Amino acid sequence: MSTMKYIDEFRDGEIAKALATKIRAEAQPDRRYHFMEFCGGHTHALSRYGVPALLPDNVQMVHGPGCPVCVLPIGRTDQAIGLALDHGAIVCTYGDTMRVPASGSLSMQRAKARGADIRMVYSPADALKIARANPSREVVFFAIGFETTTPPTALVIRQAAKENLPNFSVLCCHVLTPSAITHILESPEVKQWGTVPLDGFVGPAHVSILIGSAPYEGFARDYRQPVVIAGFEPLDVMQAILMLIRQVNEGRHEVENEFTRAVNRDGNLAAQKLVAEVFELRESFEWRGLGEVAHSALRIRPAFAQWDAEQRFDLAYRPVPDHKQCDCGAILRGVKRPADCKLFATVCTPENPMGSCMVSSEGACAAHYSYGRWKDIAIVAA
Amino acid sequence: MAIKKDYLRPIDFKTGRIDMNHGAGGRAAAQLIEELFARAFENPALRESNDGAVLPAPPPGHRLVMATDAHVISPLFFPGGDIGCLSVHGTVNDVAMMGAQPLYLAASFILEEGYPLADLKRLVDSMAAAAREAGVAIVTGDTKVVEQGKGDGVFISTTGVGWLPPGRRIAGDQARPGDVVLVSGTIGEHGVAVLSLRESLEFETAITSDTAALNGLTATMLAAVPEGSVRVLRDPTRGGLATTLNEITRQSGVGITLDEAAIPVLPQVEAACELLGLDPLYVANEGKLVAICAPEVADTLLATMREHPNGHAAARIGVVTEDPHRFVQMTTRFGGRRVVDWLSGEQLPRIC
Repeated sequence: MSTMKYIDEFRDGEIAKALATKIRAEAQPDRRYHFMEFCGGHTHALSRYGVPALLPDNVQMVHGPGCPVCVLPIGRTDQAIGLALDHGAIVCTYGDTMRVPASGSLSMQRAKARGADIRMVYSPADALKIARANPSREVVFFAIGFETTTPPTALVIRQAAKENLPNFSVLCCHVLTPSAITHILESPEVKQWGTVPLDGFVGPAHVSILIGSAPYEGFARDYRQPVVIAGFEPLDVMQAILMLIRQVNEGRHEVENEFTRAVNRDGNLAAQKLVAEVFELRESFEWRGLGEVAHSALRIRPAFAQWDAEQRFDLAYRPVPDHKQCDCGAILRGVKRPADCKLFATVCTPENPMGSCMVSSEGACAAHYSYGRWKDIAIVAA
Repeated sequence: MAIKKDYLRPIDFKTGRIDMNHGAGGRAAAQLIEELFARAFENPALRESNDGAVLPAPPPGHRLVMATDAHVISPLFFPGGDIGCLSVHGTVNDVAMMGAQPLYLAASFILEEGYPLADLKRLVDSMAAAAREAGVAIVTGDTKVVEQGKGDGVFISTTGVGWLPPGRRIAGDQARPGDVVLVSGTIGEHGVAVLSLRESLEFETAITSDTAALNGLTATMLAAVPEGSVRVLRDPTRGGLATTLNEITRQSGVGITLDEAAIPVLPQVEAACELLGLDPLYVANEGKLVAICAPEVADTLLATMREHPNGHAAARIGVVTEDPHRFVQMTTRFGGRRVVDWLSGEQLPRIC
């Protein structure tokens, strides 16, 4: 009960109206304010609470690539499916990944229907339990996500090592936020051509609890981009938008922290230490939509090789291109909006996602399809 | 030598288990029907132990309504109910949502070899109690047994028959712009109660399923307002309130605008959904209904619902609009606006 009261404070409609009024008052009509919310959590909050409807026309939100499911490349999902179908392993996964389209018109869900033993879990600790309960089976945890989901994975790997659990391993696909932001800022569309107007970033909430606010100082300085770290509640996002507008108006480009109730400059050092103990940086990793991104993902350290599914099953990585007409890549980089894609809402729908942005409700396309489509249609009708 | 009197060792409802014989149509099957089902469901049609039930014809002008529902829930026992009472409530409610009075049920059981008879007895007793409470008779049935590993303990399929008074039409295509949308109480309890017990999803909760028969509530509602003023009745089961409303807008060719702040949700359900990344609008209910009615009777209907134990938390949650795109839209508590779309696939939890 008390938790919900606490949450409701961050969803108060009256405060939202007051904030919206301030945003309208402070956004100068002759200026442009295009802000990228990096995180899928922010995309979801914006859509679910109908925040864009409260913003003036020149304040626009551009969805970023921070949806863990959206950036998962086909080749990695193929590996996970292969472990279940070809190696007979029990593959444990977060629910979000079940419907991600993979090669051969498969998905984890469809592979399950073909007899693959794929189980949805809420935490890697559950995968560990399944491994203990099935000593005669190989059990693999399909570890995806940004910095937030990495420490729990590190914990179970360390626990498996401690127990010397022989039938458990992790397919590690953890990716890193700062390198993805750099990648977007370095892309020719942003840097040279200017075809993607970006005037600031809403910085990640939960990721920043882990890594702190310091890692964003480089972007603010080198790319002259304002960054405001915000919580995932709709009022957080609105407050962050107001703070970004003020930075733009005043010509500042700083890292500001709206989410002070949870984020400090250094982040969670204990979790960072744990992650460093178990993982090391990959030289390069394929992101769906962004392609190969240098130093953007984690690999399990050789000391834990026995629990690394890639080592254990001697997996080779085979990149698979997206559907030719799928614009997920451009959408993830902010170059296009969901409605610009030819496949959007025609052959690509949440029931039958062609691209990964349509799968998770955090994905730019799915969020727009489910929550915001009426606006496109209203424009067409007028 | 005298022929010995038939002797059948009574079924061991304490430690016994379902075996393949119970579905083989032989003596064991007959004994199970006799000692378990017939005894629990007790009524004249069933007592005759024929292949089917002979039922009285409805009064002149009435029509028959028939509905069927297969129940495959896991776990079989959950806070607030079990598959037994659920299988009665589900079908009774489907018949009631047509505006009909449910009277008879047929029940088919698919049992898995090895299922404990003690548990089966609990389920059957719960079913019998639910049927009595709802005023329906389980008049015919069937039992099959599948090998271990080929079922999930117990599947129950029920079919219900009811009488529909002359001239009444309550259906998904009857909603008109200007009509009012009512819901009979708080949403999401059944889904959260069941989810809380699923494997690897154990979290402590005091939420119980809302499973209940709603024919009493619908009868009271329909008696309180003029014929024709209640346009649609639906129980928002799988897919929740959002899915039900989308079905109605599609069938009626209208839109609906909801007021999020008016939709009743228990704080503990909201908290659990928050934790799991679910939206209560898409979570299943088993004892709630949505009513769409003419604006002029909305107040009376709402007051009538609130007086009934199954509708005490009823609320007015939205209006039917003219919309060629048939969208369900919602004014959020936050003051924003969004579409409440069909659910795609199963609602999956978000991870970050």
